[in-house]
Amino acid sequence: MSSPPIKIDARLLKRLSAGGETEAFELNVHLKSDAATTVLWGASGAGKTLALNCLGGFSTPTEGRILVNDQLYFDGATGVNLPPRHRRCGYMFQDHALFPHMTVRENLKFAAASARHNSRLDKHRRMNDLLEAFDLTDLAQRKPAQLSGGEKQRAALARMLVGDPYLLLLDEPTRGLDARLRQAFYEVLRTTRERSQAPIVLVTHDLEECMQLADHVCLMEAGRFVQSGPREQVFARPATLEVARALGIYNLLPATVSALDPGRDTSSLDIAGSQLQGRYLKGQLIGDQGYLCVRQTEARLLPNIGRREPNQLLLRTTGTVPSAQGVKVLLEYDAAATVSEDEYTHLRGEDVLKLEIPPSAVYFIPKK
Amino acid sequence: MPSAPSSIDWFPLWLSLRVAGIATLIVLTLGTAIAYLLSHKTFRGKEAADSLITLPLVLPPTVLGYYLLVLLGRNSGLGHIYQSLFGQPLVFTWQAAVVAAVLHSAPIYIKGARTVLEAVDYRFEWVAHSLGASEWRTFSRITLPLAWRGLSSLASLCFARSLGDFGITMMVAGNIPGRTQTLSVAIFDAVESGNGQMARVLVLIMSATALILLWAASRLSRPTARPSHNG
Repeated sequence: MSSPPIKIDARLLKRLSAGGETEAFELNVHLKSDAATTVLWGASGAGKTLALNCLGGFSTPTEGRILVNDQLYFDGATGVNLPPRHRRCGYMFQDHALFPHMTVRENLKFAAASARHNSRLDKHRRMNDLLEAFDLTDLAQRKPAQLSGGEKQRAALARMLVGDPYLLLLDEPTRGLDARLRQAFYEVLRTTRERSQAPIVLVTHDLEECMQLADHVCLMEAGRFVQSGPREQVFARPATLEVARALGIYNLLPATVSALDPGRDTSSLDIAGSQLQGRYLKGQLIGDQGYLCVRQTEARLLPNIGRREPNQLLLRTTGTVPSAQGVKVLLEYDAAATVSEDEYTHLRGEDVLKLEIPPSAVYFIPKK
Repeated sequence: MPSAPSSIDWFPLWLSLRVAGIATLIVLTLGTAIAYLLSHKTFRGKEAADSLITLPLVLPPTVLGYYLLVLLGRNSGLGHIYQSLFGQPLVFTWQAAVVAAVLHSAPIYIKGARTVLEAVDYRFEWVAHSLGASEWRTFSRITLPLAWRGLSSLASLCFARSLGDFGITMMVAGNIPGRTQTLSVAIFDAVESGNGQMARVLVLIMSATALILLWAASRLSRPTARPSHNG
């Protein structure tokens, strides 16, 4: 268990020329991670799957270098390009791609017989071990068509692990699944973690999934990483206004730095005449303009009664929309806050509401 | 066969079945290999190769027969090689009829097989490769079983078409009764010589065989399995 983490270091440049209905596209990323789970997050067309396919060897980069655990998979300069079957990458698709003409056991057997390392006995033992770990022993004689969605997920993960891969590549594994199956998948992914040291690189456009699974996040847009790093860091500190907007979970209010006190580790932001206290802003000057960026879930919405406490902003309401968690109250500056139905009864009909932002949640994105 | 009408010679039927059978085996192996290259590989001149393979479908049999005579005749290089290997020339033997049947049926098989192999979901093959399977193993254990129905359907079409070649066979194998006279050639011969009964029987046999093969082909051409999209 104490073996050092497997490192991925992949510089990928892939140019796709325009043809037919497709536009020219350039993927240009440097994926560097030693995290257990790295998530490539972005809208469709951002190049996530292309990056994944380059790692697995199903797409050849125009230039670059892919190193996984000190093993060179690809090097454009020297012409090294390991074929997929020598890369030991487990690959999983959204629909699992279990071989339809084979039973679950035969699917795993195919994987065992195809793997080119480990002894026969080892592989056989591992296969039975995995059938048990993923609760497949009773289903081993079934064909994929006779399995439920959840069972297929388990079978596909087990099959992927038979060959003891170095790297697990998952392409939108939960797309199209309902919330229950999605949660079930995250559970079996935990079993996967226990059975394999291999780091996971997972592609998704689902922010919730990204939050739940990622240790390391790469936010992708138009073939590039707009920001990458440890998950908490990326979500607490989106690098640019564009990143924050793309994530769509922040309130972004135009702000000016109005006071800075490094001694007391405090600062003050002026937002439409109201002052907001926060921690000291390194590298900023008084008068700098930019945006206050605060997670929607960290701001509290209160009725505009009583005295205004520090760190409370007065904002006009512009409407409400029903949301899965209750009611989403829309405010000026495209800000929003979600409250429960119960809380909303106290806010109903108010034109102006108080938005309370704790000093610890204050984050400032300077204007470029 | 004392009860059979003495005017009916069954040799052409057996010869045709043998020629079509061997031709189908040749087309199945060679044609599947070519179709695999066309469906799974990218190389220069791929579409040109595809056009070349389609060419026999549109050229008149006389032109194809002429090419074969030039290519395999007694004075050609290939003809010489064949003669030194088997001790007899290729042209105007029943083996030449096999070559004719191959040329007649291969284009349809290859074109169809390319489509069938392309329709096998690439994700199954990717997964197989990622699990460490070689290209051959992926082809024989994954691609081929998933394409099996489509290819069998095409094989049965290929057999029917091999059975039906007339023009190319006439050009390269000729019409030697008891040696190179296939069913379709024998029908021509029977009509020419006014043997109406023989012609009628052979025509009916030919039509029935073709019908059965086509029925088998359409039974087999139901779509192959693909990954389900349920959740």
